[in-house]
Amino acid sequence: MQFDSFSAFINMGGYGFYVWLSFGVSAVLLALLIFSSKSGHQQIIKNIASRQQREDKLRQARELREQNLKT
Amino acid sequence: MWKWLHPYANPEVSYHFAGKLLPWLSALAALFLSIGLVWALLFAPADYQQGDSFRIFYIHVPAASLSMGIYVGMAIAAFSSLVWQLKLANASAAAMAPIGATFTAIALITGAAWGKPMWGTWWIWDARLTSELILLFLYMGVIALHSAFEDKDLAGKAAGILTLVGVVNIPIIKYSVEWWNTLHQGSTVSKMGKPSMSIDMLWPFLFCFIGFALLVSVIICIRFRTEILARNSIRPWVRDLVNSHVAYNTTFKEHM
Repeated sequence: MQFDSFSAFINMGGYGFYVWLSFGVSAVLLALLIFSSKSGHQQIIKNIASRQQREDKLRQARELREQNLKT
Repeated sequence: MWKWLHPYANPEVSYHFAGKLLPWLSALAALFLSIGLVWALLFAPADYQQGDSFRIFYIHVPAASLSMGIYVGMAIAAFSSLVWQLKLANASAAAMAPIGATFTAIALITGAAWGKPMWGTWWIWDARLTSELILLFLYMGVIALHSAFEDKDLAGKAAGILTLVGVVNIPIIKYSVEWWNTLHQGSTVSKMGKPSMSIDMLWPFLFCFIGFALLVSVIICIRFRTEILARNSIRPWVRDLVNSHVAYNTTFKEHM
């Protein structure tokens, strides 16, 4: 352990602001990247599902219309 | 070798393979990163000249070398996609671009936060910093081109050409500290032969580096799967997969 106390750890030998700025910004950017990648995966599944439902409904409507025309 | 590789050219197989890798890679990334970062922040010795500001090194250097490594990977994928029309290569190139951009941004920001106390300035237009900034712009251009066309294959071609042209920048970044007089210090870790670094600093660095590299592979897997779905949305296997997902979600909500 390089630091005697918690405040020394935060202070980082006077470079605290720069060290924590670096670690903080990196953590935030990586968290955003992971979150957006995961939500992008969910989003594409939702988009494909809703497009499929729309296509299925259109097909059903078409089939119904064709049946009505026959009878 | 081609026989062995052939099934992985199938999007469905690749999708499930990447999904199987994900939990293992995530666990390893968490393990290496937590050991590496705690070691770097608490136990690694302070530099005799730079004091505790040296701890920025454990993020800055892995991020910077990964930003270049991801670009090379993306260029190889773009090349395979342009020459052999491999759709999966196109998908993986599209998956890598935002990750590379994030690591480039991290390298630039941590570099600025390290430059301020050490050099007395956040930014200077020297060769290493400028070429790394150009790398960020290249990544942004590639991301923009991938999303600029409705047709993913056409978008992949445009982005691939930009990627391949931009490869010129990689050796410029790598050797900028040797070719020009710069404020940026030369490499400490990858010097030919022995690294000029104390062993107490090298070990936490290696853990951080491997941890970040594993994290990159985790995010590549996630985004690669998304890109595969986007490119194969009308295939029967994607329909089945999406339907089972929707069915699972509705039963889950009913039970809530």
